[in-house]
Amino acid sequence: MRELDVTKIRDAVCTMVQEVNYDLPADVLCAIKCAKGCERNERAAYILDKIEENIRIAGEEHIPLCQDTGLACVFLEVGQEVMLTGGYLYDAINEGVRRGYGDGYLRKSVVEDPLRRVNTKDNTPAHIHVDIVPGDKVKVTVAPKGFGSENMSRIKMFPPSAGEQGVRDFILETVRLAGGNPCPPIVLGVGIGGTFDSVALLAKKALMLPLDHKNEDPFYAKMEEEMLAAINELGIGPQGFGGDTTALGINILTAPTHIAGLPVAVNVNCHVSRHKEVIL
Amino acid sequence: MQEIRIEAPFTREKFASLRAGDNVLLTGVIYTARDAAHKRIVETIAAGNEPPFPLQDAVIYYVGPTPAKEGQAIGSAGPTTSYRMDAYAPTLLDLGETGMIGKGPRNEAVKEAIVRNGAVYFAAIGGAGALISKSIKEAEVIAYDDLGAEAVRRLVVVDMPVIVAIDSRGSDLYER
Repeated sequence: MRELDVTKIRDAVCTMVQEVNYDLPADVLCAIKCAKGCERNERAAYILDKIEENIRIAGEEHIPLCQDTGLACVFLEVGQEVMLTGGYLYDAINEGVRRGYGDGYLRKSVVEDPLRRVNTKDNTPAHIHVDIVPGDKVKVTVAPKGFGSENMSRIKMFPPSAGEQGVRDFILETVRLAGGNPCPPIVLGVGIGGTFDSVALLAKKALMLPLDHKNEDPFYAKMEEEMLAAINELGIGPQGFGGDTTALGINILTAPTHIAGLPVAVNVNCHVSRHKEVIL
Repeated sequence: MQEIRIEAPFTREKFASLRAGDNVLLTGVIYTARDAAHKRIVETIAAGNEPPFPLQDAVIYYVGPTPAKEGQAIGSAGPTTSYRMDAYAPTLLDLGETGMIGKGPRNEAVKEAIVRNGAVYFAAIGGAGALISKSIKEAEVIAYDDLGAEAVRRLVVVDMPVIVAIDSRGSDLYER
């Protein structure tokens, strides 16, 4: 049994929540540059220029890319041959978030109670999800999530008769309803199958895949490609002011489901699509 | 693209010639307020008390910035989504507010209040908080300190880049 002190996870979380708020993942930056090259709308190109300038300033001066430095979503894949020592895992993660958001001058955006809404002042608690996997390593992914885009996300329990077309229509409808609200160009994570709760988690995990990732199943790879094209044909454009660039990428994750159901979840992210991972 | 410079005071006369789609650079004093601050301001007014800043010719920026580091006026400071302020905006517009800065579409009630009062709704680029922070030269919390990022701040901005999203005639860039 390999031992891993949870303070190592704490420190990794502390460092990563800061870095990911200053430096955009390379795949997202690449997608923005690529979109600018293809953009035919003058205002859209102007906005994409400003977005690129923002990324440059954030990286050079360590000013957060966006003032919504997010609710800290932390995903762990814990190898079942690892014994975690040195304290309770969730306390360590929350301490990492507390230190990272303090040291990094990041915004504290968490309220203690959804209706009484008093800020916890240290951005804790994090949203933590743990999967047990084979092996003796621990993979830690941090993905601070802004809520301008989170609020535009949707879930639907379709009957199986809705089929592929029903799913495609729902994805497009979600993007159309979101319009300029979630800071397009957006990134979409789609979950299909599973249960009411697991389909939303699939959608969130899909947001953490690289934008140039293609589904291993050709059926879904084709669907991703065609949905991206259909979304960009909507003409919503950067910030909702028209143009060819509405989405930078879409990834779909699926799971087996019940004979009576077809759950679908669409998690919307903005162009500041932050995720970073480390293997300990 | 061409940019139009406008300096405070932000009167409806100065905003009257702006058209949806114009790129504007704002210079002068503006105030910040987002969800919780809007709720408090409107409740304060309803109770017959003075709001935390004069509403006449006020421009309100929907933002909750990150904390400033040593030597900075403010941290990252991009716009938050505006529809959440739709319930409160008509009240403030009717009391003299001339400009709002946020992102995303507004509802019909806000549009009607914009036209009724000759006001303007500007969009700043969402997710460009580092870039926008460069145009904010001073920031001071003037009310609701307990709200943290959501406190009301008085900002001095120089050439803050915004786009006219809804002009004083009600023309809406989101609907083109």
